[in-house]
Parts: sequence; C-alpha cells; structure tokens
Amino acid sequence: MSDRLTSKLRGPAPEALEAARRFADRAAAEHEADLAYTTFDSPLGTLLMASGERGLSVLHYLDEPLEEALEYLSGKRSPRIVESPGALDPWRFELDEYFAGQRRNFEAALDWDVMTRFQRAVLRATAAIPYGETSTYTGVATEAGSPRGQRAAGNALGANPMAIIIPCHRVLHLSGGYGGYTGGLQRKHYLLELEAGRL
Amino acid sequence: MTLIYQFARERATARATGDDQDPRHGATVIDDLTNRVRCALYESVSDPLPPFQTLLDNHSEDVWRTLRAMVGAQAAEDCFQETFLAALRAYPRLRPGSSPRAWVLTIAHNKAIDHLRRTRAHELETDEIEAPQGPPPPDRDIWGAVAALPPRQRAAVALRYIGDLSHREIAAAIGCSEEASRRSLGDGLKTLRRQL
Repeated sequence: MSDRLTSKLRGPAPEALEAARRFADRAAAEHEADLAYTTFDSPLGTLLMASGERGLSVLHYLDEPLEEALEYLSGKRSPRIVESPGALDPWRFELDEYFAGQRRNFEAALDWDVMTRFQRAVLRATAAIPYGETSTYTGVATEAGSPRGQRAAGNALGANPMAIIIPCHRVLHLSGGYGGYTGGLQRKHYLLELEAGRL
Repeated sequence: MTLIYQFARERATARATGDDQDPRHGATVIDDLTNRVRCALYESVSDPLPPFQTLLDNHSEDVWRTLRAMVGAQAAEDCFQETFLAALRAYPRLRPGSSPRAWVLTIAHNKAIDHLRRTRAHELETDEIEAPQGPPPPDRDIWGAVAALPPRQRAAVALRYIGDLSHREIAAAIGCSEEASRRSLGDGLKTLRRQL
C-alpha cells in the first residue's frame, strides 16, 4: 500500500509544466522578472536574446551552452530571469524580416542603459550608419566625440550587447579591411553581403 | 571546510617533519593556505545565483504536487502562481548555500495555508460551515484522503513525500518543532494507511 501511496503522491503532474509556462509569461509581461529570454534560430546560428522593461538588452551568438550564457547573465545583470518567447516577439519579428532581406531598420525599443557612457556614444553612432553602408573605427570614434579613440571604440564595438540590431558589422578598418567581429569574421561577411543584396 | 581541514593537516605535517623549524617555510605554507581559504570563502559568498528559470524548471513539478496535496487540484493553480511570484520577488535575497528546494516549498506551504485560511473565513461568512469533514469512504482517490487530513498532517505528508524535505526543513516550513513535525507525519500516514 505504501508503494501505491507514494507513487500516487509523486505521480506525473503535467499541469505543472503548463503552470510554470504561464507563470514565466506573466512574470515577463508584467516585468516582475528583470529579464525575459529566448533563443532565435538565425542563418548565422542560434542567437540568445533577452529584454527587460526598457527594451531589448541582450542579443548575441550563442556559441556556448545556454546554461553557461544564462549563468553569466544572471551574475552580470540580474538572477531574476525567466524564459518567455512571447516577450521577445517584437524583436523576433524584426529579425525574421531582416534575415529575409525585407527590413532595413530596426524599430523596437533597445535598452541603452546597460552600457557605459562612451560605449553608448559609440554604439549610437554605429546605429546611425544606414543599412548597406559602412563606416570606420575612426569614424564612429569621431562621432562619439573622441577622434583618437579608435582603439577604445573597437573595444566598445566588440562588447556590443546587441549584435546585428546595433550594426557593429558595418564598422570596418580605415584600410577597407574587415577589422574584427566578436561573432567571427564569417558572420560579419554574411551580414555585409546580405545588406549589399548579394545573397 | 575542507581547506581549513587541509590547513590543519599541513601544519601538523610541517611540525612532525621539523619543517616547522624554518620560520620562512611555515610562513609560506600559512600564507598560501590562508589565501586559498580566503579565496574559497570569497567564492562561496559571491557565487552568483542561477537564473530564476532554473528554479522554475527544477521545482515546479514538486511545488505543484505539494499544493495539489494541500489545497486540491483546483486551487493549486492560483497558489502555484502566488508561490513563484513571491519566490521571484524575494529571489535575490536567497542566501547562498541554502537549499532552493526547501526554500520554494516553504513558500508553497505558506501560500497553501493562506489559501486554507481564506477559504475557511469565506465559508464562515457565507454560513457554509457544514463542509464535508468526515473521513472519505475507504479506497477512494488518494487526493480525497489527503485532503481530509488536518492541515498540519497534510503539509507534513506533502513536504516529506513529495518535497523530500528533511524533518528539520519541514519543521522550519510549518513553524513547529522537529518532534511535532514527526508526530504530524506519523499521524497523517497512519490515517492514510487505514484508508487506502
């Protein structure tokens, strides 16, 4: 009888999964959670995206295991993170359109507060580079108010918390070379080709 | 803890082998180990909490089952949402090293008790006192049998056999002595055995 008792007490509870999902979606929608995340399958591999009350604040290539990336976010931003694909819909729609070659500008809100002042200045200058065009490290450093800060600008771009949507791939070397790219130069190449209409 | 133990052992070895005579060696051993103890302590304090989603993934089933046992399947949903909302709000204050499982089940227990108090107050208001209190007919659904237990016995059974908590954790959750929690559990199990 005790077998029957505990097997029933511990029996499957499929309702729990649904209840947990409902909880995460609500916590995200009502901003009880500081961050809502989901993954996005792009032509460049899986992306991790996360947003909070002020807008999108994380978009990067998920080249490490998801758990690791989330642990990092938890320590660096806030542990109050839940999975809620629906919360990321505005940015998912835009990314889907972008990768289909049908969107040139991103409009959904971004959280610029997660950056330092200099990085924000550099990335705002980067966000102003039109689709299909490029600038240089010196160019965005100058726009950010420090014409000699191309190396610092390079670091700020390398730590871009929202790849693709803040188009750091549009920043090249003065010589015309690609320079660097945190996600790897192949991805930078892909994005530039996509925007040049050569894909 | 292991490091402190190792520290004592290395000190003892140094003394036994006469290495202790060399003050410089002794100092190095101590400095090195003190440093490592300090690092270990620092790491344990600054160890970041895992993302809340991990807690939700790992414990939502047990929370749901515990609530189902305590308040029934229908009210379990509301209590579940309240439990995890309270947990999410308090999460950054969860002490490192404490068991997240015991923590979240304690919150679930509190929400269930709140619910039971509310419904009882409601029943009093609406004069529906004659709620079925007698034992259910034998060999009925286990949830009926569990639901018929007095709240503390119900909580003890749920936290022990669904939540797998220790008696110390159960006592802390219910807010009674360990002895009282053992007694409640025993009484609850006796009744369940009789009825099933």
